[in-house]
Amino acid sequence: MNRTYGIAGVTAVVLATVLVGALGLRVSRTTSDFYVASRTVAPRLNAFAVSGEYLSAASFLGVAGLVLAQGVDMLWFPIGYTAGFLVLLVFVAAPLRRSGAYTLPDFAEARLESRAVRRVAGVLVVGIGWLYLLPQLRGAGLTLRLLTGAPGWLGALVVAAVVTAAVAAGGMRSITFVQAFQYWLKLTALLVPVLFLLLAWRADRAPAPVWDQRPVFHRSAEVRVDRPVTVTVREPVGVTVSGTVDGRTVHGVSLLLGEGPHRFGADTTVRFPAGAVVPLPDRTADRALAGWAEPLSSSREQHGLYATYGLILATFLGTMGLPHVVVRFYTNPDGRAARRTTVSVLGLLGAFYLLMPLYGMLGRLYAPDLLLTGDTDAVVLVLPQRLIGGAAGNLLGALVAGGACAAFLSTASGLTMSVAGVLAQDVLPTLGVRHFRLATLPAIAVPTAASALVGDLPVADAVGLAFAVSASSFCPLLVLGIWWRGLTPPGAIAGLLLGGGSALTAVTATIAGGADPGWPHTLLAWPAVWSVPVGFAAMILISLATRDRVPPGTATTMARLHLPEPPPPGPPPA
Amino acid sequence: MTVLGTLALVLVGLAVFVCGAALGHGAARRQREHAADGDEVRALARALHSAGLAAAPLRGGLGPDTARRAARRLRPLLAVPALAVTDTTSVLAWDGAAEHHRNQLEARLTGPPRSHTFPLTCDAGGCPVRWGALAPLTAGGRPVGALVVCAATETSAHARAAEAAAARLSLDLDLAGLDRARADAYEAEMRALRAQISPHFIYNSLASIASFVRTDPERARELLQEFADFTRYSFRRDGDFTTLAEELRSIEQYLELARARFGRRLEVTLRIAPEVLPVTLPFLCLQPLVENALKHGLEESVERSVITITAEDEGTEARVAIEDNGVGMDPERLRAILRGTAGAATGIGLSNVDRRLRQVYGDDHGLVIETGVGAGTKITLRLPKFRPGVQAPPPV
Repeated sequence: MNRTYGIAGVTAVVLATVLVGALGLRVSRTTSDFYVASRTVAPRLNAFAVSGEYLSAASFLGVAGLVLAQGVDMLWFPIGYTAGFLVLLVFVAAPLRRSGAYTLPDFAEARLESRAVRRVAGVLVVGIGWLYLLPQLRGAGLTLRLLTGAPGWLGALVVAAVVTAAVAAGGMRSITFVQAFQYWLKLTALLVPVLFLLLAWRADRAPAPVWDQRPVFHRSAEVRVDRPVTVTVREPVGVTVSGTVDGRTVHGVSLLLGEGPHRFGADTTVRFPAGAVVPLPDRTADRALAGWAEPLSSSREQHGLYATYGLILATFLGTMGLPHVVVRFYTNPDGRAARRTTVSVLGLLGAFYLLMPLYGMLGRLYAPDLLLTGDTDAVVLVLPQRLIGGAAGNLLGALVAGGACAAFLSTASGLTMSVAGVLAQDVLPTLGVRHFRLATLPAIAVPTAASALVGDLPVADAVGLAFAVSASSFCPLLVLGIWWRGLTPPGAIAGLLLGGGSALTAVTATIAGGADPGWPHTLLAWPAVWSVPVGFAAMILISLATRDRVPPGTATTMARLHLPEPPPPGPPPA
Repeated sequence: MTVLGTLALVLVGLAVFVCGAALGHGAARRQREHAADGDEVRALARALHSAGLAAAPLRGGLGPDTARRAARRLRPLLAVPALAVTDTTSVLAWDGAAEHHRNQLEARLTGPPRSHTFPLTCDAGGCPVRWGALAPLTAGGRPVGALVVCAATETSAHARAAEAAAARLSLDLDLAGLDRARADAYEAEMRALRAQISPHFIYNSLASIASFVRTDPERARELLQEFADFTRYSFRRDGDFTTLAEELRSIEQYLELARARFGRRLEVTLRIAPEVLPVTLPFLCLQPLVENALKHGLEESVERSVITITAEDEGTEARVAIEDNGVGMDPERLRAILRGTAGAATGIGLSNVDRRLRQVYGDDHGLVIETGVGAGTKITLRLPKFRPGVQAPPPV
């Protein structure tokens, strides 16, 4: 990708964000033509903002990458990311708003009247926020690496610094206008290129992807290998190599790669002829093979059905526990508006996620080399250049890069804000960290360090893990807290600790790569199937066992959560 | 393995040694201290402590629940078989043995209680209670109940102990009365604040509306509507809390009426982040501050007055600032106003708002006022977005 264009795209996005923020916030008028009531954030505007903050690097980059690498099974990711809001709409949105809570710990305290539950919830929110920040920073590192060639950890560091500065300076607050703008920016950054890509695909006589075979190079392609990689060649292929291959250093030599494993060193360029089968690293070999287009046929992690259910449970139930999503609902004036917002969000996210499979499919056709290098998350970024090329390709590439930048900036800043708020209020007040600006530093330093330590985790997978923890801790708390009078503080604490804690342990083990392949790994990598029931069961059973601890104000609280607001007043008499 | 193993063993050994040394040192010191102070001092400290504990529940007033808790803690201190707390007509709590004397005691509670001893008789053999000593409990100098100590034999020591304990309990009943009085005063002040819309304001508003009736009937109608809405909000009775949106709407109505009177001399800028409009805050918390700004800005000078109201999002809090370019104030005088020692003429607006904010959100959420003579005034308040118990009633 052309660096100048890419950097220009990212810079333009940052500038536009600052500009919209400055203009949106400073709306000031004299009293005569100004009514506060009419200025409460309209549900639809808030829906744009929720979507803008929610569509992260995992959605923008990761989903297409997963579809490219692992096929249609991965379409459950966009479905789950969207359907989570359906569950939120049905069970949580309006009562949560009526509770008056700003953060999840606030809700825990409002409903259960216990500081202890509040503190446990605070720790879990911080854990989920950090888990979710991890893939954002990785996406940032990936984007900046493709744009500038800087190593991935540097990109993550740069973004962390930008977000810290912005949040600490008060620039990237939960400004509704900015986040709403980010949604449209992201949608545009995907929609416009995909139209051109489809035109280019038609001009290319619309080749159909070879669904059930190994991916092939549709055109002659030059592949740059940054990190050493061992691939398995299935049929001999003549390539031109500059760099290291099988321990030999060569410069622009044509050679025939025979059947069997071959090792490319770092900084090696390999030119494949058109029609050659893409040699794949052993790790991804069996996944990217036959059955790409057929659900559950590939032996993903060997237990495809279980993994799919794990994914569905985590994403469907996890959305309601995401700290940066919950705080946005506070902006709605009442429960009714919160519901309307959620309905709009469903539509907006649906529109966005429709585009992702297209990128995955086009990537299968035109960028199969990403399977070789393992950078499948980059497929959205490289496609314009591959398919269109020239100035137009560069411009579209810059647009996509800008969109990716918007994706990780908006989500990362929203998450950092929420985590910093909870850190300052519930976790670290004893250390004298009263103001959330001071808490910004630990809020983002920990995931930055972790992203430097943790190597190779696909962006969307890491997000799935954050969803799993959220689904097994806050889903039981919110659903039972809103719909069951019998919930007690000890029950809530037990459920949060057992459900969330077990999921968190499983997730940490997965990220650290501690589990054996096979069932142990599958169970740990998709914990939601067992950890969500554990969370619910612990909450219900311990609550039943401690029936005398039901908070005294339960009836009042429940009435407040569930009684609808009076209907909105009609237009004022003329 | 050997090197690592040895190292690990050494480390573990060191840790055990340090723990042991610390434990031993602590135990030795405790023992020394134990030997040093006498038994009497410790007994006294324990007695004082128990007496405080026993009296504490009565801080909430004299009722069956508080009486029961006080009696339970008091009986071990007086070392009697049974003990009762009564109000002027009935036994509220009986702690200890021989509760069959309860009715007998209740029969004696006629008329205002006064100190005396009396026999208690019953047929039960081995009943540990043969007589009782009654000492009145007072609140604000009036008897409100009695403490009855029951024992097997009549001793003056027990009677004196009952007197002393009753005196100690009465102290906390007095405090409970004070608490209630303070709450009443607060309530009255709140009511005064709601009714504080000054007669001047009403007179001036109506006069300026009247001036529009002929020239601009439409404007006059709008202003009357504003006036009605404003008074309805200010005289509202339900709930101690409201939302920032409602409070700001009322301020707008107020300022609109003021502008009808002052015209171009008054310039108002509102800069409100829409995200903070749902924030809940104590009722009538901003309106007195705006009124204050208006008074300083306009009524005490002839210049053009600029009032700026900003509300910003600060993560878990909202920051609201009200700024005017008026005559300002001497910081010393301001301090006196906030302390409530500036005399009656100052109104109760500022100090009342400050006190209510501190009461609801804690001492670090009071008003922050920047001012000087001739330098204008800026009042800043920070409102947490959520605080348990702070709930606005649904909008009407």
